[in-house]
Amino acid sequence: MPRAIPPPLDVDRLIDDRRTRIIVCCGSGGVGKTTAAAAIGLRAAERGRHVVVITVDPARRLAQSMGLSSLDNTPRPVPGVARAGPRREPGRSGQDEAAEGGSLHAMMLDMKRTFDEIVEAHADPDRAAQILANPFYQSLSAGFAGTQEYMAMEKLGQLRRADEWDLIVVDTPPSRSALDFLDAPQRLGRFLDGRLLRLLTVPAKLGGRAYLRVLNVGFGMVTNVLTKILGAQVLRDAQTFVTALDTMFGGFRERADYTYQLLRAPGTSFLVIAAPEPDALREASYFVERLALEGMPLAGLIINRVHQSPAARLSAARSLAAAETLQADGRLADPPGSEPRAGSGQSDDEPRSLAIAVLRLHAERMQLAAKERHVAENFTAAHPLVPVAEVPAQAEDVHDLAGLRAIGESFPTG
Amino acid sequence: MRLHVVTGKGGTGKTTVAAALALALASGGKRVLLIEVEGRQGIAQVFDCPPLPYEERKVAVAPATATRPGGEVYALAADPEHALLEYLEMFYNLRHAGTALTKLGVVDFATTIAPGLRDVLLTGKAAEATRRREGGRHVYDAVVMDAPPTGRIGRFLNVTAEVSGLARVGPTRSHADTVQKVISSPETAVHFVTVLEEMPVQETLDGIAELAGLGDGGLQPGGIMINMVHPLVLSPGQLRTAASGSVDEGELALELKAAGLEDSRELAAALAAELVDHARTVTGERAQRRRLAAPGQPRYDLPMITGGIDLAGLYRIAAALRDQGAA
Repeated sequence: MPRAIPPPLDVDRLIDDRRTRIIVCCGSGGVGKTTAAAAIGLRAAERGRHVVVITVDPARRLAQSMGLSSLDNTPRPVPGVARAGPRREPGRSGQDEAAEGGSLHAMMLDMKRTFDEIVEAHADPDRAAQILANPFYQSLSAGFAGTQEYMAMEKLGQLRRADEWDLIVVDTPPSRSALDFLDAPQRLGRFLDGRLLRLLTVPAKLGGRAYLRVLNVGFGMVTNVLTKILGAQVLRDAQTFVTALDTMFGGFRERADYTYQLLRAPGTSFLVIAAPEPDALREASYFVERLALEGMPLAGLIINRVHQSPAARLSAARSLAAAETLQADGRLADPPGSEPRAGSGQSDDEPRSLAIAVLRLHAERMQLAAKERHVAENFTAAHPLVPVAEVPAQAEDVHDLAGLRAIGESFPTG
Repeated sequence: MRLHVVTGKGGTGKTTVAAALALALASGGKRVLLIEVEGRQGIAQVFDCPPLPYEERKVAVAPATATRPGGEVYALAADPEHALLEYLEMFYNLRHAGTALTKLGVVDFATTIAPGLRDVLLTGKAAEATRRREGGRHVYDAVVMDAPPTGRIGRFLNVTAEVSGLARVGPTRSHADTVQKVISSPETAVHFVTVLEEMPVQETLDGIAELAGLGDGGLQPGGIMINMVHPLVLSPGQLRTAASGSVDEGELALELKAAGLEDSRELAAALAAELVDHARTVTGERAQRRRLAAPGQPRYDLPMITGGIDLAGLYRIAAALRDQGAA
């Protein structure tokens, strides 16, 4: 069977292209998305771009490494970013070189605060206070399904309009599925703008009643059921909130649509991040298909944490065979100076010889690498045109700029 | 223990472990219900069966062993819409109207406007199955819930507080109180699935700490399931030396040569680099393992299944859980 070889994804080319203004990193949870976004941001900054990374809920130490000790919703400069030295590349003019010396800012998304800020920016103080105190607003802004995604998009829109950075890297919220990120803002917008909410918020007018009658359900019955299961207060709070909001800025849906359009605008690129595992790559597949459907520009797929071997020419089978040869040879003789073997409580198959251990580890790694290659090939078989970059697994958790820089350096170049 | 809530950070294998736990608990002639609540059809994928409806279905048998008879695992994909209709029928006899309400999007609306309602409907289903009796005995010996990830578990299980903004009296409230009673009971435990990496371990520790402040006097933490554990290949001394970056490449080359491998010097250098890498990973994992000891909950090591999880892999994880006394 012919092996599916994907086109290479050249991350450097993407970040060096000044037309790239927004990079959206998406993918399912637990694949190293936040780290990838941070590494891309750092690399772009060190290659001369003025970058802001919007991150959501990063690992504590990663946040600290980027100088983000608090969640304050404001882009902060990340200290320790190296200035790019002048690079001499064919085709680059001296003017480009003069522009070098990038910067990196990073912020953690505080969704409630972002929501509050929208309200404060658009309403007079009295009305804003009234909305912020509304119980329905409070539950909506703190934990509504989709609010985090919505606010990430909102923040992206704000930063884009501010135009202080020439590259924005977005780390999408850790959602159940990668697709939530695309759907949630619209779902929330649709809901707030929805006919049912409107039916309940306007004093029941004829229109509403007539509409309900078509379905053979009395308006009273609907409100009755909702009142029973939710309580009258909840409905009243929701009504007050929506009415207040409505006069502020003509409908949430338009806002959601605006951010959605931003994602399709030229200058936006999506990077799908996955781990070399069936579930993560299945999600990546859905996402790639969905982006195509929406006409959103996909730059490619980054497969994180790929196991590679510097000794790949030694196959798993030969490695295991060599380990067996050593074991059978009785090369288990204790190294000089060690305690006598007998009674040491070690099981017989514990290798005393480092070589045996090393060979077994290598075989395991090769098997893992083969399995990872297999799932990656399955992805490429289904999406042969999607460029792919593999990032090797790091031995240790990344928690400083050096670690992020190492990841950036390991991005393959085309 | 009758209700097992299984949570964990995304990517740690929460659904797989929940399924394996259900199998382990079923062994010995028991009947266990496995419930998923996130609409992902994760259970169907794990058991390699068609998508599950809102209906309890037998999905697997726990194999009999020399000492224990087999058992049965049932599964249910719970969704708030069906759960709400069931609830309306139970309390208001509104089944027929329910269909119309679905068409209108009222159900969607209600669960959207009040996320707490959505959660109480799902936890309510698990509580109901846990309490269900027929002919004087429990229908299920145990119920396992594949719950939302650690980031959302507190809110999900804090039923009473979540619906406190809703009707203050009446059926929703009394339903929530019943559900909270089941979840807070000593017969319920919340298990955490993790791998030995910083983020999942941190979320596990945060999650266990959070449980104490939930419900009525805290929820009971259960086990910490450490998933994808690599077998130990190096002795402690070998591990220390290699992690410090020192490997005797000359010695290694000699042994490789003795094993009949060519270019042994070059190979030794490459394999030494691999060894250092491995030793650093394992050393990092050990540090994470020590952190997991702090809460004092039982810990269970689950084997790394290479080649993807299939039914056989699931049975192996179930056996590991049983052997270590988790079920």
